[in-house]
Amino acid sequence: MDSATDTVLAEQFDEIEQQHSADTLGMWIFLATEVMFFGGLFAGYAVYRFSFPHVFYAASHHLDVLAGAIDTAVLLCSSLTMAFAVRAVRLGQRWMSILLLGVTAVFGAGFLVIHGFEYHHEWTEHLVPGGSFAFEGADPHRAQMFFWLYFATTGLHSLHVLIGVALMLVLAVLVLLEKITAARFMTVEIAGLYWHFVDVVWVFLFPLYYLAGAR
Amino acid sequence: MKLQPQSYLAEHTVRSWLLTHDHKRIGILYLLTIIVFFAIASVAAALMRIELVTPQGDLVTSETYNKLFTIHGVLMVWFFLIPSIPAVLGNFILPMMLGARDVAFPRLNLLSWYIFIAGGVLALWSLIHGGVDTGWTFYTPYSSTYSNSHVISMAAGVFVAGFSSIITGMNFMVTVHKMRAPGLRWFRLPLLVWSLYATSLIMVLATPVLAITLALMSVERVWGVGIFDPKIGGDPVLFQHLFWFYSHPAVYIMILPGMGVVSELITCFSRRRIFGYGYVAAASMAIAVLGFVVWGHHMFVAGQSVYSGMMFSILSYMVSIPSAIKVFNWTATLHKGSISFATPMLYALGFIGLFTIGGLTGLFLAALAVDVHVTDTYFVVAHFHYIMVGGMVMAFMGGLHYWWPKITGRMYPEFAGKLAAMITFIGFNLTFFPQFILGYLGMPRRYHAYPPEFQFFHILSTAGASILGVGYLLPFLYFLWSLKWGRVASGNPWEATGLEWQTPSPPPTHNFEKTPVVTREPYAYDAVTGKEEPQEGLMQQTSAV
Ligand SMILES: [Cu+2]
Repeated sequence: MDSATDTVLAEQFDEIEQQHSADTLGMWIFLATEVMFFGGLFAGYAVYRFSFPHVFYAASHHLDVLAGAIDTAVLLCSSLTMAFAVRAVRLGQRWMSILLLGVTAVFGAGFLVIHGFEYHHEWTEHLVPGGSFAFEGADPHRAQMFFWLYFATTGLHSLHVLIGVALMLVLAVLVLLEKITAARFMTVEIAGLYWHFVDVVWVFLFPLYYLAGAR
Repeated sequence: MKLQPQSYLAEHTVRSWLLTHDHKRIGILYLLTIIVFFAIASVAAALMRIELVTPQGDLVTSETYNKLFTIHGVLMVWFFLIPSIPAVLGNFILPMMLGARDVAFPRLNLLSWYIFIAGGVLALWSLIHGGVDTGWTFYTPYSSTYSNSHVISMAAGVFVAGFSSIITGMNFMVTVHKMRAPGLRWFRLPLLVWSLYATSLIMVLATPVLAITLALMSVERVWGVGIFDPKIGGDPVLFQHLFWFYSHPAVYIMILPGMGVVSELITCFSRRRIFGYGYVAAASMAIAVLGFVVWGHHMFVAGQSVYSGMMFSILSYMVSIPSAIKVFNWTATLHKGSISFATPMLYALGFIGLFTIGGLTGLFLAALAVDVHVTDTYFVVAHFHYIMVGGMVMAFMGGLHYWWPKITGRMYPEFAGKLAAMITFIGFNLTFFPQFILGYLGMPRRYHAYPPEFQFFHILSTAGASILGVGYLLPFLYFLWSLKWGRVASGNPWEATGLEWQTPSPPPTHNFEKTPVVTREPYAYDAVTGKEEPQEGLMQQTSAV
């Protein structure tokens, strides 16, 4: 530990414990906000899946379950490296922290690349709602709703992943510059909460969209 | 004799204001900003009232009229009422009420103001480039498909401004949880803190739903198809569900803080403890929670099933229980108090009367059958203006007068204050009471022309609005006047309890020289003298400094 506690403590707080618990609570409240933000889309999904379930089953078959499974695996691995990164920062292991934050960012970027290929595939298959949409099967109009929700929800999620990747890179640089040391581990811990949240959202998205058609 | 620490107003540079982390300065930045939005929205209202003097649509076209009520609604709701008490008075007072040096996240607090400005700029951009004609509710499919106005930029402005209220809510919640002075247990918190906490809960949990709803509507407008689009099986009523899931709780963002302020005013100016402290505090939380399950009462005629209509009707009725508890407890607090009719108290008493009328007429609207008769009429307009203007704006004005000496170190002129409070009360009732009658007789809202038999009531209403305008202009002028010529205020001019009054006026940057220790319940006014009860020297005595 090369940084004294009193430089870490913000002036509005009395003790470092107070500051840490305030920071953590703040992040949890922000995540509650995020749950409600995604909640609007999940509500839309629930309404339309109950309204026309068969269309949703049929449309779901057009998503690549294998790619989705790889997405899931990549994100879960990134959560693991994130947890280790927090530990490394706490223990003051500078290079280990940078490595683990970097690996987390790479996993996140990998997720985005795989998803980009999926989007491209769906584009060539004419599954993007709008003028060029084409769907073999009953009720092609309503099938658009499935894909509309799919693109909106996974798009919003990917945006969150992108922000997370940028965050990891910034943190890695800050650790490199010794702006983040063991005394300031809270910054990384809170970023970790965000990252785990983004993963958890995917854990819900994967079955709802990719596995909706599975028997 | 120690040297007084510098007042938070001591530094004068623009930079010291624009980069400040001080919750008090941020409160003032918000105050200046919302005054601008209030002025613009008031001009829109004035133009509407002038148009409605005659039955023919002779001043503006119906299209312009649509844009006027949209800009009035959008600006008043999101850029004035929602930030009014929380972001202005709350920012200023809440940390001091807790005995804290600042909010938990001062930098985020400043960021919230910049986000608010960004949202405001987007809204004003839409206004300058021709406005929006959807009404503040942005109902689909009109907003997503048919309207030819600047819907997206306006929705973006509301979307962005929403994040400023999310940040404020988060900041307040963490501050209340983590930054209370030693001894300041939850049930020793002033009731304004309770109501701001309940408000924050709504800001944090409901605002993101509005954000995603407006985003989905905007994407649908750009993309051409979308989740609310019947062409692909979408349901426009889903938009209404999501919109009101936010906007009904938002109504409580626009009244709960007012209730908190009134609890402070009533106790101080009747020199009594609040009657039933626990009930008033719990009522705030109950209103916040119940507010999340009543949104369907906005859709009784929108094609929602009759069974959900019944449920929403019953649940809406239940909100009247905690609301009535508050009114009864304020009244009981007044009973046998030694009441003084200072300006803030006049506003508080006005609040109780007008809120009661607004609340009772809310019951008419929550009743399924009656609602069918008065849906989308002036009855609804009058009802929510009684809550939002008669309630929230009265409370905001009362609070602003009450804390003005703390904020500026100067007293406002008392006679002019009382006069303005009276003019506001009279003007308000003359503006909006006739609208109850108009609505009951069948005058629909949002029309710029109407059958001649309604003209009498419209003229009354417009006359009232001009009086109301004077009632708002007057405080604006004497507040400015008082900054230079007002009597210098002491630390505690009202002899009120509450930690914010233990600081000098205006307070130093970090509020308290030494973190105060709290040993008793709030509103500890002595039953005999009405003065603050003496306590065993634990609380910091600033008068001795
Ligand atoms: Cu409502």
